[in-house]
Amino acid sequence: MDATPGNDLSRRLNAVEDTVTLCGGMPLALDSGASFGPVDIAYHTYGHLNADKSNAIVVCHALTGDQYAVLPHPVTGKPGWWSSLIGPGKVIDTDVYYVICSNVIGGCMGSSGPRSTNPETGQPYMLDFPVVTVADMVRAQVLLLDHLGIDQAFAVVGGSMGGMQVLQWAAAYPERVFCALPIATCARYSAQNIAFDEVGRQAIMADLDWCGGRYLLEGKNPHKGLAVARMAAHITYLSEAALTRKFGRKLQGKDRIGYGFEADFEVESYLRHQGSTFVERFDANSYLYITRAMDYFDMPGEHDGHLAKAFRGTPVHFCVISFSSDWLFPTRDSQAIVRALNAAAASVSFVEVQSDKGHDAFLLDEPEFHDTVRGFLAGMAERRGIAAKTEGR
Amino acid sequence: MAAAPNHSATGIRIDLKIIAEMIDDGSRVLDVGCGEGELLAYLQEHRGIDGRGMELSMQGVQRAVAKGLAVIQGDADADLVDYPDDAFDYVILSKTLQATRNPRAVVEQMLRIGRHAIVSFPNFAHWRTRLDLALHGRMPVNELLPYSWYETPNIHFCTVRDFIELCRELGVRVKTSLSLDAAGEVQRFTADSRWANLFGVDAVFLLEK
Repeated sequence: MDATPGNDLSRRLNAVEDTVTLCGGMPLALDSGASFGPVDIAYHTYGHLNADKSNAIVVCHALTGDQYAVLPHPVTGKPGWWSSLIGPGKVIDTDVYYVICSNVIGGCMGSSGPRSTNPETGQPYMLDFPVVTVADMVRAQVLLLDHLGIDQAFAVVGGSMGGMQVLQWAAAYPERVFCALPIATCARYSAQNIAFDEVGRQAIMADLDWCGGRYLLEGKNPHKGLAVARMAAHITYLSEAALTRKFGRKLQGKDRIGYGFEADFEVESYLRHQGSTFVERFDANSYLYITRAMDYFDMPGEHDGHLAKAFRGTPVHFCVISFSSDWLFPTRDSQAIVRALNAAAASVSFVEVQSDKGHDAFLLDEPEFHDTVRGFLAGMAERRGIAAKTEGR
Repeated sequence: MAAAPNHSATGIRIDLKIIAEMIDDGSRVLDVGCGEGELLAYLQEHRGIDGRGMELSMQGVQRAVAKGLAVIQGDADADLVDYPDDAFDYVILSKTLQATRNPRAVVEQMLRIGRHAIVSFPNFAHWRTRLDLALHGRMPVNELLPYSWYETPNIHFCTVRDFIELCRELGVRVKTSLSLDAAGEVQRFTADSRWANLFGVDAVFLLEK
């Protein structure tokens, strides 16, 4: 009962942190054909579930996210990755909605993943962990919803890989989603994105400390490879305009270039910092598995090349959002989703938010983005009969 | 806004009310250039339609989305091609035709994706416009046509007769045509009469394939 800000926030959010073993430990059938179990899912809930259980919002995290969407991260101490969006009185108002955010299967923050202990061997799974897909992640989340006794999520929301999960939710479980917000995402992962993922994986696997994936047993950590993977990926989250605005060619703590390979430029030291802080909180094998899950994401491919088939007759209301400077998940990817939804006669709203902050914009305080989400949720809540508590804020 | 003279008793703009009266209850409607979704919201509430909207300005889209409407950011020239054939009972283009790059293609697209198209536009052959041009030799700028030629979004003005001719070329049937005065009230003559081309400020056409 100490009065640290984290605990205050936790109380204000009515935060619950828990881990559940799905299906009583029975194995889950995966896309790969493997069945895997027991599956643990670590999750947070914020807010209160209303009496008719109609106000649940499932929040899906991106590649390196986790269930700490609002509460400070236990390793870094930084605010939750979507704390600008979710909280009391915020866009996703925890005074109105019951927010559920779980760590994906394959992750490293408490859900079953390559770092989890294999009950058969008593050792971490490492590369014995099965390859999982976005659909497998969503399967686990649906079972979590079952566990929480909720038939239908009011909304499923997520950006980037989180947005892929949103699309998968809506396509595979349309009756369990009232509205869906796929943000800065795609229905078919591009060759360029697969290429970037491969650079990251090769960086990890080229680190001798990766030890063929068995670094946990060898007491090592391929932090150099993982940091390089993160640095390369981080560039793809930004935009040239954002990098120029933030760093330009500014030198790091010096007046002139050093004619060497120390970090002369601010942008270099920024990336090194991004890499080095990331390795403290993320597992290298998880990075391999989750990037692979994204590589395999191809919704039109699963529907004879026609994305519209995935959504034919869907009752789900969609709000698709993209960011103008996002070149990792460019607006045309979102337009392809919108086009398919229109062809499927789905109810769809779409906004391209003007921003120079690149893909990262979905995590940042972008007023136009927040206004769109707020407005859409308000309209949908009215339709669903969820009382908006904080009118006129 | 609600007290402005060109609003009907129900609070909706008169030109939109006129369009609303052309639409059957419970139909599927696409409003192209829907602004903040005033017409769609009205039709959804009072007529039980299944509505969709398209709007270019982000502010318009946001405000429409905030009303719970299904509105996407897009424009008539580029994005109508994405809809399947016969997806709607009515496709509406209200006071936007003259701002499109290819009005003919837009009308064709509207009637491909909808059974009906409802098009309203300002009549460039209105007597005041003619008089302005005749007397001053300058592009008309008045309360009906408020932009100077170099900044107007209205790049493809047409007259009522021009539009009727386009419908003929496209083989489109004019089901209803209305001529409106400056207050937005329906005039006694229909838009396909000679009077409309001289005295009509705006025209509204209900077209059918």
